[in-house]
Amino acid sequence: MSSPSRVDLLLDLADDELILGWRNSEWTGIAPFLEEDVAFSSIAQNEIGHARALYELAARELGTDADSVAFDRPVAEYRSAPLVELRRLEWARTIARHWLYETADAIRLETLKSSDDAELAGITAKIDREEVYHRIHAEMWVDRLLGSDEGRPRLEEALDELWPYALGVLDDELRPELVTRVEAKLGRPLPDADAVPRGEHETELAELLEEMTSVRRSAPAGARW
Amino acid sequence: MPPVYEVFRRERPGATMQHAGSIAAPDERFAEIYAREQYGRRGESDALWLVPRDAVQEIDDFVDEFDLKYRRVDGYSLKERLKEARELAGSSRRDEPGTP
Repeated sequence: MSSPSRVDLLLDLADDELILGWRNSEWTGIAPFLEEDVAFSSIAQNEIGHARALYELAARELGTDADSVAFDRPVAEYRSAPLVELRRLEWARTIARHWLYETADAIRLETLKSSDDAELAGITAKIDREEVYHRIHAEMWVDRLLGSDEGRPRLEEALDELWPYALGVLDDELRPELVTRVEAKLGRPLPDADAVPRGEHETELAELLEEMTSVRRSAPAGARW
Repeated sequence: MPPVYEVFRRERPGATMQHAGSIAAPDERFAEIYAREQYGRRGESDALWLVPRDAVQEIDDFVDEFDLKYRRVDGYSLKERLKEARELAGSSRRDEPGTP
């Protein structure tokens, strides 16, 4: 597997964060209880903030601006992992996706933070300082659901469903580490699965982009907000 | 109902902790994350205290059988005394000849 270009790498990260931020924001106003609504919405905003910072770096190389990169590409050019594209407005699946993503993202960020590319190392280190709290949030929810008779089977089922997608967040060489961390938490082996790789898109992505860009597309090109 | 935690917030080092609000959370781990998200993520706090409401000892019965207001640091109500003084002054003015 050839290594992706710098722009592609930035877009892998940025698209994951933007699309996951959008998906998580779908809970705003309808989360299970008020405090969680505030916290999960805040996490969603953080993810979109990370996306913005990464799009700005990518935009500089592409000679455009962050908004254009974020909103004006055709669906096929998005580099997000299918895991973040799925619409799963059910709490056990949301927590399963959140925790699987944060666990995979932590592994990815650990390698990027020690990159020779000082700018990339810097921005991923900065992002990771916020992701720490996302991981704490995800872990505490997983522990809570695993510790309850109703929560455990629902979370386990969601994790099994999403596992092939979780593998797809990472490149081949980082996947064994994800298996190790997830199995250690669950205390059981994971099902054998073929990763749903980055570059394939779920049908939900087109619907999401249609809605996400609707206001931007409603205004004449070059409109300033 | 989940337990309630009272949150105190300090705006900057050296300032006093002030009550910020309360949050409901199933346990201390949740309470910490929710407090961080609600009272700390915009840089508005440099420290937070989380106190389970059960740990707060509340006193709300104060005996004042003999109207001991003179012991209060703010003394008698100045507003009341001013009103009395104005009434006195008003009645004396009316007594003076030639005044409307």
